[in-house]
Amino acid sequence: MATLSTHPDCVPVVSYRFGKGATDVDTYVRLGGYESARKAIALGAEGIINEMKASGLRGRGGAGFPTGLKWSFVPKQSAKPKYVLVNGDESEPGTCKDRLIFEHDPHSVIEGTIIAGLSVQAKMGFIYLRGEYRYLLQITERAVAQAYQKGFLGKNIFGSGIDFDIVTQTGAGAYEVGEESALMESLEGKRGIPRIRPPFPAVVGLYGGPTIINNAETIATVPHIFRIGGAEYAKLGSERNGGTRLFCLSGHVARPGVYELPMGYNLKKMIYEVGGGIANGKQLKAVVPGGSSTPVLTPEEIDIGMDFDQVGKAGSMLGSGGVVVLDETTCMVEFALRTMKFYQHESCGWCIPCREGTDWLKKSLTRVHEGGGVDKDIDNIRYLAENMLGRTFCPLGDAAAMPTIAFVKKFRKEFEDHLEGRGCPKHRAPQPEPALV
Amino acid sequence: MADVTLTVDGKKITAPAGTLLIEACRAHGIEIPAFCYYPGLSLQAACRMCVVRIEKMPKLQTACTTPVAEGMIVATESPEIAQARKATIELLLGNHPLDCPVCDAGGECELQDMTFKYGAHESKFVEIKQHREEQQWSPVVFFDRPRCILCYRCVRVCGEGMDVWALGIQNRGAGSVIAPNKQDHLECEECGMCIDICPVGALTSGAYRYKTRPWEMSHVGTVCTHCGDGCKTTLGVRRSNDGMEIVRGDNRDKSGINGDFLCIKGRYAFDFANRDNRLTRPLVRQPNGRLEEVSWDDAIEFAANKLREIRDTKGGASIGVIGSNRTTNEESYLLQKFARTILGTNNIDHHRTADYPAFAAALKNHPEASLRDIASAKAVLLLGNDPTEQHPGLAWQIRTNVRLNQARLYVANHNLIKLRRQATQFLQIPEDGYPGLVAWLAGTDAPLDEDKNAVAFRDALRKEESLVIVFGAEFRGHDVSALLQLGAAFPNVKFACLGDYANSRGAADMGLYPDLLPGYVPVASSAQFAQEYPSLPAQPGLNLIEMFDAAEAGSLAALYIVGANPVARYARHNEALHKTFLIVQDMFLSETAQFADVIFPAANLYEKAGTVTNTFGDLQLVKKAADRAGVRTDFELIVRLAAALGADVKKLVPFSPNSVRADMGQARGAQSGEADRHGVWLAAHHLEPKLSPFDPFAIFDEIQRLVPAYNVPRLDLLTGNDQHLQPA
Amino acid sequence: MSTLFSPALAARFDKLVTLYPLKRSALVPMLLYAQDEIGYLSDAVIAEVADRVGVSELEVRNVISYYSLLRTKPAGKYHVQVCTNISCMLRGGNEILDHCKKKLGVPNKGVTADGVFSLEEVECIGACSWAPAAQINYDFHENLTPASIDKVIDDYRAKSKTGATK
Ligand SMILES: Cc1cc2nc3c(=O)[nH]c(=O)nc-3n(C[C@H](O)[C@H](O)[C@H](O)COP(=O)(O)O)c2cc1C
Ligand code: SF4
Ligand code: FES
Repeated sequence: MATLSTHPDCVPVVSYRFGKGATDVDTYVRLGGYESARKAIALGAEGIINEMKASGLRGRGGAGFPTGLKWSFVPKQSAKPKYVLVNGDESEPGTCKDRLIFEHDPHSVIEGTIIAGLSVQAKMGFIYLRGEYRYLLQITERAVAQAYQKGFLGKNIFGSGIDFDIVTQTGAGAYEVGEESALMESLEGKRGIPRIRPPFPAVVGLYGGPTIINNAETIATVPHIFRIGGAEYAKLGSERNGGTRLFCLSGHVARPGVYELPMGYNLKKMIYEVGGGIANGKQLKAVVPGGSSTPVLTPEEIDIGMDFDQVGKAGSMLGSGGVVVLDETTCMVEFALRTMKFYQHESCGWCIPCREGTDWLKKSLTRVHEGGGVDKDIDNIRYLAENMLGRTFCPLGDAAAMPTIAFVKKFRKEFEDHLEGRGCPKHRAPQPEPALV
Repeated sequence: MADVTLTVDGKKITAPAGTLLIEACRAHGIEIPAFCYYPGLSLQAACRMCVVRIEKMPKLQTACTTPVAEGMIVATESPEIAQARKATIELLLGNHPLDCPVCDAGGECELQDMTFKYGAHESKFVEIKQHREEQQWSPVVFFDRPRCILCYRCVRVCGEGMDVWALGIQNRGAGSVIAPNKQDHLECEECGMCIDICPVGALTSGAYRYKTRPWEMSHVGTVCTHCGDGCKTTLGVRRSNDGMEIVRGDNRDKSGINGDFLCIKGRYAFDFANRDNRLTRPLVRQPNGRLEEVSWDDAIEFAANKLREIRDTKGGASIGVIGSNRTTNEESYLLQKFARTILGTNNIDHHRTADYPAFAAALKNHPEASLRDIASAKAVLLLGNDPTEQHPGLAWQIRTNVRLNQARLYVANHNLIKLRRQATQFLQIPEDGYPGLVAWLAGTDAPLDEDKNAVAFRDALRKEESLVIVFGAEFRGHDVSALLQLGAAFPNVKFACLGDYANSRGAADMGLYPDLLPGYVPVASSAQFAQEYPSLPAQPGLNLIEMFDAAEAGSLAALYIVGANPVARYARHNEALHKTFLIVQDMFLSETAQFADVIFPAANLYEKAGTVTNTFGDLQLVKKAADRAGVRTDFELIVRLAAALGADVKKLVPFSPNSVRADMGQARGAQSGEADRHGVWLAAHHLEPKLSPFDPFAIFDEIQRLVPAYNVPRLDLLTGNDQHLQPA
Repeated sequence: MSTLFSPALAARFDKLVTLYPLKRSALVPMLLYAQDEIGYLSDAVIAEVADRVGVSELEVRNVISYYSLLRTKPAGKYHVQVCTNISCMLRGGNEILDHCKKKLGVPNKGVTADGVFSLEEVECIGACSWAPAAQINYDFHENLTPASIDKVIDDYRAKSKTGATK
C-alpha cells in the first residue's frame, strides 16, 4: 500500500530492501538479512557499542540522542532483567516513515532489536506499534514467527547459546504513549502517564529493569550499520549526524512522499527538487521541518542542511523528519489552531500547565480564528505558551508551546487580521457571538 | 543516612541524604507551595507549584521530586518562580468556579491561599467556564468536578493509604476526572480521608456541607470517644440555643497520635451528642411507678438519702457500683474512691474488654508499645483482632509503616483479616488455636511442625531483632503471660494489648474492679492507700455478674450505674433490678435506665475535660468542646452525691492549695484558650490558683501520687501532648 | 470459566497473559481485540477482562477512558475515521470530512440509523505523505478525493450486505 518515493539524490540504506518482498524471512536472508546479527554476536557487547558510536547514528524519534551512547548507559550488572523496547508508536503529525519500515522490512526491526539486546545482555525485546497500525502488527507478528522458526529468536539464537525473545504489542490510540516512559506505562497495562525522571529508562525502565528504548527507524538502521560498517555509515551524513534518514514530505509540495536522504541534505533543495516544488505553482509561505511540534520556518530560513545541529541553529528542530510545506494560501491561525487542537486532544492531563494550557490555547485560537478575538488575545496566547514552556511534566507541553510561540512571533500580522470580528480572511468563517469580555 | 549540606535562599541547611528538597526546606521553616505533593504518598510532580531554581539546572525543578544533594544551591522564591506559580494558578482558576462564598472549603482552601499569595487577580480568559452538576457518590462523599484541581491526593490516600482503591482517574487531558469505583457512586469504607485531604472544595462531606463557615466555629482538639486507639479529633463547635453544638469532626492539624488518619467514627459519629432524645432533667420514680422530672437538688437529695439509709442499715456490701469505659480517668478513679471510701463497698466493676490486669501483671518491666511506636517498628506480630474494623488507627499505622519503611508484618488470625494484604507472613489458625500457636512458637509444643506455612512463619519471625507484639482480646489470663514470655525471648520487644472503647484501659488502670485498687494493687495489700483512703473494705467485692445475681437473690439493696448499660449488654431480666434501688447516670433513657429509680442526665466525653488512656497506654487530655444545657459531668454528679451523703468533699477531692498543683482551666474547654495560657504560666512558676471540688485536675494530682505510671510531666500533658505511660 | 468471547479469541487471551513478565501488560491489546470482536467494551466485557488480567473494573475503566480507540458504546460496523490533522488539512482533509457527513448523514461521532457506518474526525494516522487519508476500521484509504471516498463507502455498503468486516 504505502510505498517509498525516490529521487536521484536518495541513498537507500534503511530502505535498501523496500519493495523486494523482504517481509518474507527467506527473501530477507537472501538479501543478506540476519548476517549483521551474526556479526554482532561475534563482536560482543563492547564491540557492538563501539560500532554504534562510530556510526554517529542519532535517534530518529525526535530528540536525536546518539544511539551508541544511550546503549552504553545501561549498567552491566543488574538485579532485574534488561529489556529492549522498540517505539513504533509513530504519531507525530507529519510523520509516516516507521510505517513503511514495518510494511516493507519488519525483519530489519527484529534484527536490530536482537543486536540492541546483545549490546546490553538483554533477553527480551518488545515491539510496540500504535493501535491504528493493525495491518503492520500482523505483518510483524508473522515475521517474528518466522524468525522463531529459523532459530533467530528464542532459545540459543544462531546457535550462539544466547536466548532472546520478542513480543509484539499494540497501542490503542494515544500520542503521549510515544513518550518513552509513558510507553512503558502503557506496555505495563496502564494509562499512558509519563514517569518521573530520573531514574532514566537505561537504569530503571520497563518492569523496573534497565531498558533500551529506541525509535523503530533507529532500530531498523542498526543491521544496516553492521552491513556497511559504522564508519562508512557515518560518512553518508553530515558532521556529528551520521548516515541517512527517512524524510516525510507532505503538504503543499508537488511530489509528497517518504524519501531516504543523507543527513544534512539541504531543506530548500528537498522542497524544490526532491519534492518538485510547491504544488500548482503557488508560492511557499512556511515550512514545519520536523513534525508538528517543531517551530515553523519562513522561506528565508530554509536554506539549511537537514540535521539536528543545523536545524537547531535555525531555531527549530529536526524532530521526527516530517517536513510539512505550507503555501501562500494557508491561514497560519488555522494551522496554529489545528496544531493546538491536536495537543489539547493528546495531552495526558497529568500536569496543570499542559492540561489547562493546551485547553485554553485551543479555545483562544478557535475564537480568534472565528473572529471572536480581542486585542489582548494575541499576547495572551503567547503568554500562555511561554508559561507552559519548560514547566510541564513531560515534553508534550513544550511540543505544544514551541510551535505556538513561533506562529505568533513570525506571523503576528495574520493573527491581527483576524481580530475585530473579522475572522479568517480565507474562510470568512460565520461570526459567532463575540464572547463575553 | 549521612547528612548533606546545601544552600537554600542563601541559608545553609543540612538534611539526611535522599531527603526530598521540599521536606528538607519544610524542616527548616522554608515553606514550598504544593498541591499534589503529600508527605508519605507517592510522588506525582503534577501540579508544578513546587518549582524552584537549582543552580546548574536548565529549567525550574520540582522540589517535590528532587532529592537534596551536597553543595546544591537553591532559590525557592524569585520573580521567575513567582511568575511560574502565578501562571499555574491562572490556568487553574481559568475553569475553577469562584463560588468560594458558598463553598465548604472557603477559608480552608489551599487554592484560595495560593491565589492570595501569588495574586492571580485578573483573569486572562474570556471563555465561559464549564459548569458541571455536583454528584453525590455516597452518604458522606459529594464531588464537585469543576472545583477539582486534579492533585490526585484523594486517589492516593484511598489506595495507598487506606488500601481501599475506590477512586480512579478517567479520561485524559482537559477531560481528566476523578472517578468512583462504581461509575456513579462509591463503594468503600466511608473513612472520609479523601474529603479531609482534598486541598479545595471538590470533595465535601455530606455530614457538614453548607452547615456553617469554618471561621464561625471554634475548633477544639480532643480525643475520639469511640474505639481504644484514642485518635485526636478536632471538633468544630458552634453556639446553639441549648449550648454548644458539634457541627464537624475532622483531623484538622494532624498533630495527634493518629498522624494523618481519622476514621469514619472519629469524623462523623458525634451526632449522638446532638440528639433531641437526650436526658436534660433528672428523673425520679414516683410512688405511682412513673418517672417524673424533678429539680437537681431534690433528685440528688432523694438518691443520697436512700443510699445513706441502705449503707447505714444493710452495710456497704449491699451496695454495688458499675463504672464506664467512656468516662475520664478522673471520673473512674473518683467513682471507685467514692464506692470504697464513702459507700464502703468493693462491689465495683465495669464492662471488661481486654484482660488488662493479666497484661499489667505479665508486663513487669517490659516496655509497652505506644500507638506511635507502631508507625516506626521494624517488625510487628499481630495475633488475633481485626484492626481494620476494631482499631482503624492501628491499622493505618501498620499499613503506613509497611508502605514507607518496608516494616515486616506477621499476622496470625482465625479469619482472613484485611491486613493480611500487608503481611509478609500470614497464618490462618483455628479460633481456639492461639495458645497452641504461642506454645509452639515458644518451642514447648509441636503440633504445627507439619504445617509448611507455620514453619515459614516461625522461621521468618525468629530472625527478627526488634519486634512489637500486638494481641487481641482472644488472649486472657495465662495465655497473656505465656505470650509475653515468648516475646521476652526477642532481643528488643514491645507489647500492645487491644481492648475496645475510648477509656477501657483507663477504667482498668483506675481500679474499677472488685479486687483491684487503682494501679492494679490488690485490695488485700492496700498499704500505700491507707493515708488517702481512711476506711477501706478489706474483702474483695462482687463482680458485675455476681452483683446481678445478688440483685436477683434480693441481697443487693442498691446499684449505682455510671455510663453503662448492662441490661442491654447482658440481657439480664427485669426482676433482678426491681428489688434493687437503682441510680443511673446516662445521656439517654437506656434499657438499664428504664428500671432506674433515679436518673441523672450525664454529659459525654465531648462535653467534659479530663484525661483518657488508650489501649496502648497513651495518656491524653480531653477538652470540653460541646455543651448541652441541663446535663452534668459524671465527675460533678459523684461529688454532689458524696456531699449530699454528708461526706467530707475535701477528702474525696483534695482540692486544697497545699496538695494541688494547678487548674489549667481545661474545664472551660472551647473558651479555655486564655485560661490555658494563664494556667500554663502559673504551673511554670509553681503558683497555684484556687480550685473547686469539681475540677478533675484536683483528683488527677492524687492519681499521679497513687498510680506511679500516671506520674508524667504535667505541663506536657496539659499543653496537649500525648504521654506514654510506663507499664502500670 | 465461561467467556463472552469466541473460542479462538478466548484461547488467544489465555496465551496473551502468559507472554509478559506481568499479566497486566495484556490489558490494552486484550481490550482492543475484545472490542474488535464484540463491537464495544460492554460492562460484561470489562468484567471479564478485569478478571483475566487480575485488576479491578475501576482500573480497567481508567485505562479504557485514556485510549481514544477504545469505546464503551457501540459504533457502526464500519467506523470511518477521517484525518484532519495538518498534512491532511493542507490537502483537503476537512472537505473529505464534510463530504462524509453529508454522504452518511451523520455528524462527527455519529452512527447511521442502520448501524452500518459511524464517522469520526481523528488525529494524524500516519498517512501524511499520502494525504488526505482516512481509515475504515483498520484499513487505510489515501490520496482521497470526494469522488474516491464516495466509491470506497459504496463498496463497504455493498460488502455490509455480505457481512464482511474488512
Ligand atoms: C509527546 C512525545 C511523543 C513522542 N512520540 C514518539 C513516537 O511516536 N515515536 C518515537 O519513536 N518517539 C517518540 N517520542 C520520543 C521518545 O520519547 C523517545 O525519545 C524516542 O523513542 C527515543 O528513541 P530514539 O533515541 O531512537 O529517537 C515522543 C516524545 C514525546 C515527548
Ligand atoms: S506535559 Fe503534562 S499533561 Fe502534558 S502530556 Fe506531559 S505530563 Fe501529560
Ligand atoms: S508538589 Fe511538586 S509538582 Fe505538585
